[in-house]
Amino acid sequence: MKVSLNWLREFVDLGESLEELREALDDLGLVVEGIEHVGEGLEDVVVARVQEIRAIPGADRIRLVVVDAGDGPLEIVCGANNFVEGDRVPMAPVGAVLPGGFEIGRRQMRGVTSNGMLCSASELRLSDDHAGLMILNDVDAPEGTALLDALAITPDVVFDLSVEGNRPDAWSIEGVARDLAARFERPLRAPRLATTNTATPSASVAAAGIEDPALCERLTVSVLRNVIVGPSPTWVAQRLVGAGMRPISNVVDASNLVMLELGQPTHPYDAAHVAGRALRARAARSGETLVTLDGVTRELARAGRGLGDTGVDCVIVDGEDRVLGLAGIMGGAASEISDATTEVLLEAAAFDPMTIARSSKRHALRSEASNRFERGVDPNLALRAVARFVAILSETCSDLEWLADPLDVRGQAPEPSRVTLRPGDVERALGTVIAEDEVVRILTALNFRVERREESLEVTAPSSRGDVRRGAAGRADVIEEIARLHGYRRLARRTPTWAAPGAITARQNLRRRLRDTLVDLGVLEAWTPTLGSDEDFDLTHPGLARVRVTNPLAADESVMRATLLTGLVRAWGRNLERHRGDVLLGELGAIFIHPDLAETPRRTRGGAGGTVELELPVENERLCVLLAREDDDAASAVALWSVISARLGLADVVVRSNDNVAAGLHPTRGARLVDRASGAVLGVLGEVEPSLVERLAPSAVGRRLGVMDLDVDVLADPSRATRRSTNVAVPSRYPTASMDLAFVAPPQVHAADLAAALAGASELVESVTLFDVYAGVEGGRSLAYAVSLVSNERTLVDADISAARAALLKAANDLGATLRA
Amino acid sequence: MTSSPLSTLGDETARALAAIEAADELGALDESHATLVGRRSAFVALQRSLGTLAPEERGAAGATLQEARRRVEEAFAARRALLESRERQRRLDADRLDLGDVVVAQVPWRLTLGHPSLVASTQRELEDVFVAMGFKVADGPEVESDWYNFEALNIPPAHPARGMWDTFYVDLGEPETVVLRTHTSPTQIHLMEAAVAGGTLPVHSVMPGRCYRRDTPDARHLAAFHQVEGLVVDRDITFADLAGVIETFTKAYFGEDIDARLRPAYFPFTEPSAEFEITCTICRGAGCRTCSQTGWIELGGCGMLDPAVFDAVGIDPEEWSGFAFGFGIDRCAQMRYQIADMRALIENDVRFLEQFS
Ligand SMILES: [Zn+2]
Repeated sequence: MKVSLNWLREFVDLGESLEELREALDDLGLVVEGIEHVGEGLEDVVVARVQEIRAIPGADRIRLVVVDAGDGPLEIVCGANNFVEGDRVPMAPVGAVLPGGFEIGRRQMRGVTSNGMLCSASELRLSDDHAGLMILNDVDAPEGTALLDALAITPDVVFDLSVEGNRPDAWSIEGVARDLAARFERPLRAPRLATTNTATPSASVAAAGIEDPALCERLTVSVLRNVIVGPSPTWVAQRLVGAGMRPISNVVDASNLVMLELGQPTHPYDAAHVAGRALRARAARSGETLVTLDGVTRELARAGRGLGDTGVDCVIVDGEDRVLGLAGIMGGAASEISDATTEVLLEAAAFDPMTIARSSKRHALRSEASNRFERGVDPNLALRAVARFVAILSETCSDLEWLADPLDVRGQAPEPSRVTLRPGDVERALGTVIAEDEVVRILTALNFRVERREESLEVTAPSSRGDVRRGAAGRADVIEEIARLHGYRRLARRTPTWAAPGAITARQNLRRRLRDTLVDLGVLEAWTPTLGSDEDFDLTHPGLARVRVTNPLAADESVMRATLLTGLVRAWGRNLERHRGDVLLGELGAIFIHPDLAETPRRTRGGAGGTVELELPVENERLCVLLAREDDDAASAVALWSVISARLGLADVVVRSNDNVAAGLHPTRGARLVDRASGAVLGVLGEVEPSLVERLAPSAVGRRLGVMDLDVDVLADPSRATRRSTNVAVPSRYPTASMDLAFVAPPQVHAADLAAALAGASELVESVTLFDVYAGVEGGRSLAYAVSLVSNERTLVDADISAARAALLKAANDLGATLRA
Repeated sequence: MTSSPLSTLGDETARALAAIEAADELGALDESHATLVGRRSAFVALQRSLGTLAPEERGAAGATLQEARRRVEEAFAARRALLESRERQRRLDADRLDLGDVVVAQVPWRLTLGHPSLVASTQRELEDVFVAMGFKVADGPEVESDWYNFEALNIPPAHPARGMWDTFYVDLGEPETVVLRTHTSPTQIHLMEAAVAGGTLPVHSVMPGRCYRRDTPDARHLAAFHQVEGLVVDRDITFADLAGVIETFTKAYFGEDIDARLRPAYFPFTEPSAEFEITCTICRGAGCRTCSQTGWIELGGCGMLDPAVFDAVGIDPEEWSGFAFGFGIDRCAQMRYQIADMRALIENDVRFLEQFS
């Protein structure tokens, strides 16, 4: 919101420096997002009369203009055409610096000299009109008069304030001024107000009504006669321009000015186009339509997509029940003010904030009025705002009549909140003692009514503070106002302590361990997008149900990922194109499984009031690593896994090869990681499916990419990812006997199962390690194990070793493996 | 009466179908395409001979011919697909690797340098500061219901305050009931609910995590980002405790010469609410372009827990009070490491990633 310092000063004396004011506004929660200096750079610009216009030979876009700026003729080259001899225009002399820092120099053009510049309104930053020179014929000032004097422009400072949603009272100059007056402990001045000036009662010519009291808190209708529509006085136009609004006509401008100044939106109707001179507020009926001022036809009373939006629109209708406007948001074209308007019906009302908010969202229609109504406009402000409107309009309509007893109908408005402040309440909330007198002073300055009782303060919020609630919440609201005006920076600070120690969870510790291990092994940690395209989803999960975002930023960012692999391969492909593909790239993050596909969908409460049971996607935390160094393949993934398994202290996880272990993995070069005790699958290893590489990283066709994809949810669950016993075994003191045994095992016999069988064959077996695999053998492949034998009780003798060897061979034979000859 | 030009069609068709069925090699099948169904096939010759028919007979005969040719073409395509899949399977079989047979000691492992994600390491540093201050660290889901993301946080449906968050909605349940969480605050609700249900109040927790806002990415914002949220619910907790925690954290994380200050703000789930600013880390308070010459930069939001939130989770505000705060992890990283464009965080360029230790 743009707030003029000059305007503020009409309400409160402010002698502070700009920096002090910025500090005060920030500290009041009215954050200054920008400061603009108005009139700066216009000091040297003067009014000049055009004496003569001459063509410049050989130039058709520019002309030579002779002007008199009080000191005799001056030749200036000008490209504008919208003026004639005798007109008066603004002239910036040589040496002047215009707003924005543009310095005027003496210039030679086509053999003539230009001794200054004739200016458009936009070049002077007085409006956005850049169609031609600013014409000053209506301004009563002789040549040579400083433009600032001629236009009665006072240099000003405009603050761009950000006003928070819980400050309906601060959406106006007066509201900001009230905060500053309260902060600086100064009086707040009231603006000049008019009174009704005819004896004719309004009810004798007009009517007002509220049919749906829940939607409209108050509706006032004033009748204004002898209106002459024309331009606004300069000061009104300047105020509007300074606030970022365009002057339109005295009637519309007065309405806008009052809204900016006091925070009350008003709506002027041409009384001649309002049937029966009657305005009534009611809910729109299904099938009704309205052409709003922006020329769009609106279908009313249609339920919206928004949660709980049943489609209630509050409309203003005339005496024949025709819809004139969308209440509080935008009027209709039919009853708009025109040059021919002589009688105005002025609506000043207050509407139910939620109704306005819903309608405005549903119709995608925001206006200065709706912004204020949806935050809550003081229902007691209406007629004061009309009095201000009439005072302003009277400046251009000298015979203006405001009919007696404006029509005034009340709907349902919430009672102002009453809050009890008990002794110590403020200190209990803020940790700072603020004297009761100071509390009373602050609240009174903010228009709260405070009654001192023996044991408490009874505080009643002003009707402008619809944000103040009841009960404990209202008490917090009031305490915030006390803290705000007292100054947050003056409040005490204390570092609390408590008995419970800080800690991270086992899951978080697991994540740290995984990250540390991977980084130590050379992995770069990536962050790939959660949202992707249907095409990418179908690469790994063709046709499956997917979690979809209904309002994505782009169509290819609408599906929540079901694997980390796709994003990693894509990211890697881009690096490969930069010749930086020789890396290990990993990511730790969630994938999302549609509730229809989840074994146990996540159930939670939702909907209005949290009364509906919803099924949410299952979020599965994964750790995926792409092994993409030159010689990496599935075997590299096995090596990577072996380190992780050791670091996590997993008891016994088998790398179990199978065809088609997972979508996106090579069909015959993959394995599941199976916890032998629980049977749970901890993840998969292998290579990326070649067609996936082809699609996502086309320049890498034919290259093997190792992949390890772990289920962190399973890894974090000790009942599924079985840990080794934490008890430490002290090694035997007796000598170890070792032997190498090579077996021919058929393909269906897993090396790990054979190792396990060997380990269980005799109690003397201390360890079994696969150390060589040789494929070129008839009947399967050769698996060579180093087996060490030891006893905790004695030194082994030959008989022990041969017995153990026999047991080992038998165990192997039982699985179908035979000792290699 | 002359014999019909199509009298051999049946034989030719059967012959072609048999040849297709007999083909065992993809290459051989492809080579025979021209003679079986292509331009050197019997069908083309027969097509030409239709010219000898009377014009009124040509239509029906042509249709018969086309139908036969279509059948052969279909058979060809089906056979081709089968052979292709066999070929692929043969290749895959030849390529098969039993990962259980991998001898880890024999796998070459070249030493390369790894690097953690900047966001992850920043998050860990922040967690460590808060753990040292006595906070537990909690996680929460990224997809939430509107109840947890909004309503329990005192933001009812259609409340204008919902406009403060540009929300991605998920196509589940009634419209706008499932969202990608727009902040980590719903985790507060989960924690308080769990503490009430389990009788384990008080709560002293921080909640880091990924959030989403429907905001076109630019140099300062990403549609996905990371926040850390803090929650304290205990007896006799005041705004002074909140201000103290913010100050202690600021000095511990950013340095002893960095101060924090609060200014009034509005968040539906806290009252009183504040934005917190810290001494500009670039100019150390002297004033520079980053801080618009003020010496301060905005870091996050905080406030005393609103009684309406206590009401939603069933905590008695007469017995308990508390505060919450939240700020961006990525933003901390941006400030600390002077990242000119946040989009670099999601581009995964190795040249960017390898700068972090
Ligand atoms: Zn700075």
